[in-house]
Amino acid sequence: MSKPLVFKPINLARWIIWSSFAILLILAPMMFNTGGSLSLLSQMGTLMIFGLSYNMLLGQGGMLSFGHAVYSGLGAFFSIHAMNLMTAGSMTFPVSMIPLIGGIAGMFFGVLFGYVTTKKSGTTFSMITLGMVELVFACSLMFPSFFGGEGGISTNRVIGSSFLGITYGPQIQVYYLIAFWLFISTIGMYAFTQTPLGRIVNAVRDNPERVEFIGYDTQWVRYLTLILSAFFAGIAGGLSAINFEIVTAENVSAIRSGAVLLFTFIGGVGFFFGPMIGAILGVFLTVMLSDLTKAWQLYLGVFFILIVMYAPGGIASIIMMNLRVAKFGMFKRVWPSMWKLVLAATVTTVGVILAVEMLYQRTLEATQSAVIEMFGVSIDTASSSWWLMTIIVIALGIVACAKLKGGFAQHWGDVNTEIEEQMRRAQA
Amino acid sequence: MEFTLITLLNGVSYGLLLFMLSSGLTLIFSMMGVLNFAHASFYMLGAYFAYAISIKIGFWPALVFAPLLVGLLGAMVERYGLRSVHKYGHIPELLFTFGLSYVIVELVQLIWGRSTVPYPIPASLDGPLFTLYTTTFPIYRGFMMLVALVMLVSIYLLLTRTRIGLVIQAALTHPDTVEALGHNVPRVFMLVFGGGCALAGLAGVVGGNAFVTEPGMASTLGSIIFVVVVVGGMGSLAGAFVASLLIGVLQTFAVALDYSFVTMFAKLGMAITANAAGYSLLSLTIAQVAPILPYLLLVLILIFRPRGLLGTREG
Repeated sequence: MSKPLVFKPINLARWIIWSSFAILLILAPMMFNTGGSLSLLSQMGTLMIFGLSYNMLLGQGGMLSFGHAVYSGLGAFFSIHAMNLMTAGSMTFPVSMIPLIGGIAGMFFGVLFGYVTTKKSGTTFSMITLGMVELVFACSLMFPSFFGGEGGISTNRVIGSSFLGITYGPQIQVYYLIAFWLFISTIGMYAFTQTPLGRIVNAVRDNPERVEFIGYDTQWVRYLTLILSAFFAGIAGGLSAINFEIVTAENVSAIRSGAVLLFTFIGGVGFFFGPMIGAILGVFLTVMLSDLTKAWQLYLGVFFILIVMYAPGGIASIIMMNLRVAKFGMFKRVWPSMWKLVLAATVTTVGVILAVEMLYQRTLEATQSAVIEMFGVSIDTASSSWWLMTIIVIALGIVACAKLKGGFAQHWGDVNTEIEEQMRRAQA
Repeated sequence: MEFTLITLLNGVSYGLLLFMLSSGLTLIFSMMGVLNFAHASFYMLGAYFAYAISIKIGFWPALVFAPLLVGLLGAMVERYGLRSVHKYGHIPELLFTFGLSYVIVELVQLIWGRSTVPYPIPASLDGPLFTLYTTTFPIYRGFMMLVALVMLVSIYLLLTRTRIGLVIQAALTHPDTVEALGHNVPRVFMLVFGGGCALAGLAGVVGGNAFVTEPGMASTLGSIIFVVVVVGGMGSLAGAFVASLLIGVLQTFAVALDYSFVTMFAKLGMAITANAAGYSLLSLTIAQVAPILPYLLLVLILIFRPRGLLGTREG
């Protein structure tokens, strides 16, 4: 018997990328070591796993789910109950492996709910997932003994004696636990994209009819993908249970599901790493922007709509497209029209932010004072001159944007067609 | 008997309100393939616009102007937002309306604040319509039913008896042919989207003061109307009607019934105590499970009749 000859060169780029990802995860707490940054990093790690698992559905399978938090949330509930059982002494299990319990719980519910939801695709699938998340959320208020009612279930992650000095008391240990799980989950989910199932689910996304013709059951493909995605979502849930030591009904709600959809899409569904950008941005927005302004959800919504309308590939695609243009050395051709458009967009943004903040001050805090501090100046929201100026800024910005948009779109389109032409020639 | 009749009437009036919402959603969906996630947000806008107009010039002008305003807004959204997303496919369209629902809720909070606004029932419609045995049925509930029925009949007449209705019906199935015959199909789309939103706005005008006008009203009703549309069969107006009434009556009855398995077994002479297996499940009353009934119905329908009650399309 002879072994078949296989040509397998070492994929150097892949080794470099994955090892630098690992090194980045190890070094991150040392680079960002102020106050709450460790907690932010932990949250980002959890959200990255959650977002990547969501992208298995949306990006790779074309399944827009409004109820992905069901799997992560139920995973979190099972994890936290396991931790409470361990504290009570009726169960022994290493804390480091708790996310696995979450993952298996998520997978179990993926098997259960996925059977119903994946019967359909497209918009109907989305509506059914929305019904599913509402069903689970309503159930969570009916069974307070499991879901803890309004207050949720809390726990203590420091259980038993320390193992090699790891107690999960200090946040840094929790961070490295999350980083470890993030690293394996990312490898796992990336590996999934290379499997036959991962490839065929891409085909199901692009042309389900043809997939049926070559003999695959599209519903089965969607179902299997959803089960795997639910597994990784459950891992994220288990990690968040360890990180926050509390799980509430909000974890299985439509709000949480909507948030992961927003951040994953903003990050970019077309690229594997898109949801990671989305997670970083998401944590920054929810934690930092919500401190700065009460209107942060409005900004988030508007930003999301702009992404849907003008950059459906998300931030990842904006970065990659610009990199591609730069790589082919054509950046200086788009630059003259680009900087003007960016400037006009910035002016509009500043104007809109001014208007929104002033309006919020008028409606919500009018009883206190009419003056707000923004961009280093104090603004009197009661004076009409400030309002007039804001409106003029917005109007100027919009007019400039509308004028410059066409020119930029033309340059951008020309450059990209040329690049694609060059690539095609190189391939031939 | 008294309880059954009154609950049935309440259920039907709630169901008709659901139909006012789901009819617009179904029309938009069957015509453009767009699932308008922000449909319930337009319902909320209807209620808030009606509140704003009614404190200035009264309820009756609000009943006319608020839906028109909402419809105009809907048409603008279609023209300047949805149309440019259309080329990317149905999922980005759904995402667009999803983002829109976020923005509308925030804008409403920005303008009218985060708490409930006092949007009352007009004095002329406040009071009992008739008394059934000992329970009175309020005029306003009757008025809601009347508005919904008038709307139902006028949609039916518009779609079947007028020229524009025929164009709409033709564009449902053969948009290319209709365009080839010289009709402006994108404008028809804009009209339908605006019209659907106006219907949602009308539902908001009459529903906002019957229930409560607050920033959370969109999300409470939003997921229910999606259930209605799926249960009735995607894109089927008659199905939406049946499903609305079914869910309206089902929920109203369930909320009023305070029975559980424990009380049922007690009637049969079997006492179930708190330490029996599965007590927390058995002791749940029907009223407690009322919120999940629509979703349970959705799951059952999907398992046993995947195309919905009166739906024709599979998939």
